[in-house]
Amino acid sequence: MSEAVEVKTLVIDGEEVSALRGQTILEVARENDINIPTLCHLEGLSDVGACRLCLVEIKGSNKLLPACVATVFEGMEVSTNTERLQKHRRMILEMLFAERNHICSVCVSNGHCELQTLGQEQGLTHIRLPYRNPDLKVDASHERFTVDHNRCILCTRCVRVCAEIEGAHVWDVMGRGINSIVITDLNDEWGSSSCTRCGKCVQVCPTGALFDKSKIGSDHPKYPDFLPFLNLMREAQ
Amino acid sequence: MTIEELEQIAESVRLENAKFDYEVNVCMDLACASQGSEKLREALVKAVEASGKTVLVRRTGCMGPCSAGPLVRVDPEETLYSHVNASHADAIIFSLGGEPLPALQCDLNEHFDKQVRVVLENAGHIDPEKIDEYISREGYKALLTALMEMTPNGVIHRITESGLRGRGGGGYPTGLKWSTVAKAGGDLKYVVCNGDEGDPGAFMDRSVMEGDPHRVIEGMAIAAYAVGASKGFIYVRAEYPVAVARLTTALREARRRGLLGNNIGGTTFSFDIEIRLGAGAFVCGEETALIASIEGRRGTPKPRPPYPAVSGLWGKPTLINNVETYANIAPIVRNGGKWFTNMGSERSKGTKVFALTGKIANTGLVEVPMGIKLREIIEVIGGGVPAGHTFKAVQTGGPSGGCIPAEMLDTGVSYDALLKMGSIMGSGGMIVMDDTSCMVNVARFFIEFCMTESCGKCIPCRAGTAQMHTLLTRICDGTGTMEDLELLEDLCSTVKEASLCGLGQTAPNPVLSTLKYFRNEYIDHIVHKRCPAGVCNIEAQVEVLP
Repeated sequence: MSEAVEVKTLVIDGEEVSALRGQTILEVARENDINIPTLCHLEGLSDVGACRLCLVEIKGSNKLLPACVATVFEGMEVSTNTERLQKHRRMILEMLFAERNHICSVCVSNGHCELQTLGQEQGLTHIRLPYRNPDLKVDASHERFTVDHNRCILCTRCVRVCAEIEGAHVWDVMGRGINSIVITDLNDEWGSSSCTRCGKCVQVCPTGALFDKSKIGSDHPKYPDFLPFLNLMREAQ
Repeated sequence: MTIEELEQIAESVRLENAKFDYEVNVCMDLACASQGSEKLREALVKAVEASGKTVLVRRTGCMGPCSAGPLVRVDPEETLYSHVNASHADAIIFSLGGEPLPALQCDLNEHFDKQVRVVLENAGHIDPEKIDEYISREGYKALLTALMEMTPNGVIHRITESGLRGRGGGGYPTGLKWSTVAKAGGDLKYVVCNGDEGDPGAFMDRSVMEGDPHRVIEGMAIAAYAVGASKGFIYVRAEYPVAVARLTTALREARRRGLLGNNIGGTTFSFDIEIRLGAGAFVCGEETALIASIEGRRGTPKPRPPYPAVSGLWGKPTLINNVETYANIAPIVRNGGKWFTNMGSERSKGTKVFALTGKIANTGLVEVPMGIKLREIIEVIGGGVPAGHTFKAVQTGGPSGGCIPAEMLDTGVSYDALLKMGSIMGSGGMIVMDDTSCMVNVARFFIEFCMTESCGKCIPCRAGTAQMHTLLTRICDGTGTMEDLELLEDLCSTVKEASLCGLGQTAPNPVLSTLKYFRNEYIDHIVHKRCPAGVCNIEAQVEVLP
């Protein structure tokens, strides 16, 4: 057997599964319908391991590993939904809800928001942390799209899709720590930036931070599933 | 350059120095320089000219007890003068050959007797801008010995045998790290020196880079030979302009002597070093963020694995060690691994340099064997807290470390013991606090540091430290509740376990350790609305409340 197709067997949540060498825990879990919550991960983009929601426990190690980047090894025993992990996941979601102004009832993505869905899935009933209520701007200078920094969770999907898929690298992150913010070009207005108006960033944005102006006031579902398909077509060429 | 040629240089330096009857060494490190040691040196040179005595006035790196600066040491008598200024120059030169000046002489025998100097063996004895002075103290002998007489594996074996562990904080076995990089494939490898010392109150690496820069270069060159690298980077923070200048001079001198560059010592080994400046981000001391910064990208950490040893700078195998780790290499290669294991405790070998600061008599740089009791460092070497006050805690490891209370002072200093006490060795900052320090306020200070230094990539560190800061501010203001305290502990747990890199994972340590040992101070703030140390301004806050 050549190295490239080496098969590993491991246990995820008590279930025996098989995997290819080099596969991540998340990939294998999803193939087997085991749900691990994710936010910064998106199929078709590189992984950064930043949201920490996909942390899993590995038997024999006290360290929690991000399933989106941790690769499998033979005999690995993974737990994806222990009490410890649930506690951390709820706390991380609480941090996100309290960090900026996530008011679902007046958000364009209400009902289609990944953050909202995760809050429901993880059983988040209220926020204990003090709300930070930052005063952030809304940039509606673009003819088609708007960025509302109040809803941004800094997952950097827009940054990655713009750099990796569109090849434009219009988006990036400015500032440090709690003052980080996504910017277009060198903090220019989105409307006067080098944006190609492809709209990929809007489709991959998990919340209502990036949205299509024509959809305001109506249902605004997003369709990030085009990415793996697009990648597949490009590889085939 | 051969070992014989090195010895000839050393001999000529010795002959040159022998022409002088006395050597007057003036500390030019930052603390002394800021108090006018350059003027003092000029005055000494003038006084020597006027007196007609044959005296060598030498500028040196840090001598150690910074609080007594500016420092002057007269050799061969080894008389140490403290708080010297330019007006004392004539008297010092006049006294040479007679009795030392009692008014300036300082008695720091106890301070020095307990110390063992390996990393700092040259600091305060050589002019850091003169490579020949370094060579005269066995400098570069280890590099040429390794190149001429040892295999790369032999060098790694010697480092492994010495039990040296990373001095940057984590304490990862250095030999193991080297052998991993050596085994990694590829024809291009890098060695990197992490000089991005950013802990508040820590200045060990700066002093080594400023006082003995060739030691770091030699350590890096030996490491490069051992792991098979041909290119090195020294990553220094731009806030250390003197260190950058001394390193630049040292690199130029080393190239001029043929100790860097192509075919070093006539062998096939070629190696050169470039300096890269950090723009002042604390997180760039984390190795993956440091790599991003050297590559010219935003300084944010990446999940490991892959470790830099396998995929580092530009995807190539990269060895990253701290300044002090490299500074230990040459003596180990020269004297053997066994010699090193004779110093220190069972699992922490050798010595450690600490920057002793805070409420203590002798602040400054000290180097002690591992395993020494904290009490000895603070009470004997440091001279204890100033009269009229009582010791409360010592903070080690900077913002990633914790506060150790008085009842644990008899613990020996080692990586494992400090970890057990809820702190870390860190890079070696040691801040002593007395009864005038409020531990809640101290915790808030360090969390504020971590909050502003967080890169913002992962949520627990970015939002968690900000939330912790809000809660700690409430407690300090007297508006905190017991629910806030509970929430704070929950936050600590998530930030510690879920953060991406070491900065976030260790950020809660100052809070956790003060909660463990000084919980009553938190309770005093919350329940009794009073700050035992009188630091937090609670009364004023309570009055304005309805």
